[in-house]
Amino acid sequence: MTVVPAPTTSRDDGPGSGHGVAPPPRGAAAGARLLRLLRRPLSLQGLLVGGAVVVVGYLAVVPLGYLIHDTFLSADGRGVSFAAFSRAYGGNSQSGEMLLNSLWFALGSAALALVLGTSLAYIQVRTDTPFKGLFFAASLVPLIVPGILYATSWIFLGDPSSGILNSLVFKPLFGSSPVNIYSVWGMIWVQGLHLAPVAFLLMVAAFRAMDPSLEESAAMSGASRLTVLRRVTVPLLRPAMISGALLMFVQSLESFEVPGLLGLQNGIYVFTSRIYFVLRAYPIDYGAAGAYAIGLLLIAAAGVLFSSWLQRSSRNFQTVTGKAFRPRPVELGRARPFVGAGVILYFLITVVLPVAVLVYASLLKYYAAPSSKTLSQMTFANYRTVWHQPLAFTALKNSLIVGIGAATAVMVLTSIVSWVVLRTRARGRRLLDLLAFTPIVIPGLVLGLALSFVYLRTPLPIYGTLLILLISYCTRYLPYGMRYASSAMAQMSPELEESAAVNGASWFQTFRRVLLPLMSGGILAGWVYILVVSFRELSSTILLYSPGKEVLSVLIWEQFENGQFTTLAALGVCMVVLLFLLVSVAYRFGARFGLQNDSAN
Amino acid sequence: MLTVESLKKSYDDTAVRRSKRRSDDGSRVFAVGGVDFEVHDGELFTLLGPSGCGKTTTLRSVAGLERPTGGRVTLGGRVLFDDKQGINIGANRRGLGMVFQSYAIWPHMSVFKNVSFPLEVMPRAKRPGRKEIEERVEQVLEVIELGAYASRPATKLSGGQQQRLALARALVTRPELMLLDEPLSNLDAKLRENMRFELKRLQRELNLTAIYVTHDQAEALVMSSRIAVMNQGRIEQIGKPREIYTRPATRFVAEFIGTSNFVEAKVTSVRGDEVEVDTPQGRLLAHKVEKVPLVGDTVLISIRPECVDLTRERRGDVPNEWSGTVLTRAFMGDVVDHIVGVGNLEIRNRSNPTLSIPPGTEVHFSVAPDKVTLVPVD
Repeated sequence: MTVVPAPTTSRDDGPGSGHGVAPPPRGAAAGARLLRLLRRPLSLQGLLVGGAVVVVGYLAVVPLGYLIHDTFLSADGRGVSFAAFSRAYGGNSQSGEMLLNSLWFALGSAALALVLGTSLAYIQVRTDTPFKGLFFAASLVPLIVPGILYATSWIFLGDPSSGILNSLVFKPLFGSSPVNIYSVWGMIWVQGLHLAPVAFLLMVAAFRAMDPSLEESAAMSGASRLTVLRRVTVPLLRPAMISGALLMFVQSLESFEVPGLLGLQNGIYVFTSRIYFVLRAYPIDYGAAGAYAIGLLLIAAAGVLFSSWLQRSSRNFQTVTGKAFRPRPVELGRARPFVGAGVILYFLITVVLPVAVLVYASLLKYYAAPSSKTLSQMTFANYRTVWHQPLAFTALKNSLIVGIGAATAVMVLTSIVSWVVLRTRARGRRLLDLLAFTPIVIPGLVLGLALSFVYLRTPLPIYGTLLILLISYCTRYLPYGMRYASSAMAQMSPELEESAAVNGASWFQTFRRVLLPLMSGGILAGWVYILVVSFRELSSTILLYSPGKEVLSVLIWEQFENGQFTTLAALGVCMVVLLFLLVSVAYRFGARFGLQNDSAN
Repeated sequence: MLTVESLKKSYDDTAVRRSKRRSDDGSRVFAVGGVDFEVHDGELFTLLGPSGCGKTTTLRSVAGLERPTGGRVTLGGRVLFDDKQGINIGANRRGLGMVFQSYAIWPHMSVFKNVSFPLEVMPRAKRPGRKEIEERVEQVLEVIELGAYASRPATKLSGGQQQRLALARALVTRPELMLLDEPLSNLDAKLRENMRFELKRLQRELNLTAIYVTHDQAEALVMSSRIAVMNQGRIEQIGKPREIYTRPATRFVAEFIGTSNFVEAKVTSVRGDEVEVDTPQGRLLAHKVEKVPLVGDTVLISIRPECVDLTRERRGDVPNEWSGTVLTRAFMGDVVDHIVGVGNLEIRNRSNPTLSIPPGTEVHFSVAPDKVTLVPVD
């Protein structure tokens, strides 16, 4: 078995095909082929490829192995035991309620995000709505405003006593304060709004990929608008909607920020906040935390299986022609101003309001709804506090170190992996592809827990350093790096490499002097993207950081736990500005490489 | 019979205005700027023109997929669109059949379901029973020779089969009017030629009335009962294929359809429909001129390459005989082209490939006076 370029297959294996959440494994034969591939160790190519395989396998598999091992290990260290599960789920642990909360929260957020995202995508792609630019501005929100800040903003807005919505809108108008953000509904609202742009971008891609004449031909056949929607549009979008729903579901399930900030207040637990709670109690019950983590993984895996079962019949919908579609937007006519007003309203509620309230809170000494009193007492004191806080700069420095380190490591690794997956006939490439995408279903908190299992037992001095955060981030962002690297590689004709080889370049020369320069745009875009998302990573960091090694997101979390909301707001505004700058830079570099299609967090 | 009267369509969308044609004075740009035509029953009427000429927009306006800015469309006495009366019947209630360029076969349905869909979504009062739907679908599938594929997923068909399926779907409701939007342009050359005759045969056998949109002049000439040549949102000429080819009304039509030699000329005398013109290279006689010009007018002469008779020897007894030198010779298998230099003019001749004259040779050529076409100078 040699690694030979495979121009014919590489086109078919573009980023779309293998990168679903769980392509089926190829069985044992693939493993054997991979082993044989690894037995060519003495060439540079073999070393690089082999090294990449080992690193990806290590990142994706080892933590989960440890997690499962430690959870099922009985107290005496020998044999299998389910004691951890009975401690976690038995007795009066209220695990039934937690399970229901988790599912309710995840399904509700996914549904809200999907409905909002799909309608917005339809309006954006298929109609002549005004303000088309606002849609993409709104879609940047999850990149620029991390979940923890978004949830904080909604606390400022929807707190039952001091929230702006209650005290400025509902109290004066209706005499009651119906909005309570500290509820499952509040959590769904915040999570759903934060995820809606992701759903929007996925559905925009789906609508763009769908030939509008499929709907027009149904209309020409005499079908009414409703019939067209029911019998053509929805069935055709079903695959995209299902995979979108799965992504939203898994991301809500693993979200820690929103349940942590909004749910703990009223004792509403979901899996993630329960894991956090168990690990903050004394004595720490690692087994029980592991049992929750495995439960969470099982639900995510069940979601993956369920969605692939739903998808079973819709595999070959990709069809017809290679011609580009001429977009012919539906004319809204008299409804146009109303749709335009709706777009503005959506933008105000999901973007302007949360950011404005964050800025407003950062200028106050104590948070209170706006009144003439609060407006007259505005001050920059919080910014001065942040400025004089030595920890803030340490945290910024740490965030930068870990972010840049993770971005660089992931992009180097995924460039090699995507080459193996797309350009060789190595039979293990499917497995490698699968491995590189596995982390997308591992919740951050579970990964954090698993990594602490690994490095608490390993004699290496990794636990309690920045290195453990780096390992965690590398694992978490491996799938995103893969998407950038493999789409950059898929855009490139294999003939470019072949002509380099024909002209006498060695494999390494070809890789370094032809492939890397041509992929550099996509790789740079992926690099900045990972840097941006690693700034807001909280759910694995929160279990892995140690005092003195805080990063920015942890610092914000600590402010929240200490109740310093206004300092938090000031810190948050600084972070938003920083991320905004980074994202603008990313857009400059990455416009061609679809950064906007990847704001999944 | 379909009647289209002064149909107009302009795009107000800023994106369109920015990217596409924007007139220099900033006034409204029309994708279709006042188009009139009639399609008679049993006729295959073709809208022919280069991309962006407004032919597809015209078709989509008839279909009801686009709302025209102005004008009137009636089909057999039924008003489909009239901006003055504010009538705009929805595309789904016009009862037309349409074949799209991309076929628009629904990939989530079987071949049978694709064809039965138009019958299933008919208003309850008109909807045929289950049994009849089945019969009619099978019948249509037989006609287009897809009967054996009824239960297959539509995506398992080849390009040509999908094309026929799209046709079956449009035919199954027996619409008064069929709209065909470049239906053959996605097929490969060989299949395309077969499908031309196939479509033509179907149209004749079923006595279909159809509007056919294409940018392929050969396709238009083969298939059409009549052709409307469109350019920049307007119709340049409507006529039978032979008229359009032999008697182009404008320079655009002469250039767009086939190839032509153009010579600028001044009219020196007019006798009935026989016109004599003067060109820098000599005199030319034109017979059977349709729009007779006045003496002294400047006109454009259009001569098709195959109407140029090329000889080595001077004949002397034929009208319109000129002399020149062969500049290039191009052998194309079934024909051979010679380009002959006459003064600073280059005249293209197309002949049987038995004729072959090497470049540099002195030659003579003539054009029969009834093959000389006068085109008004725009």
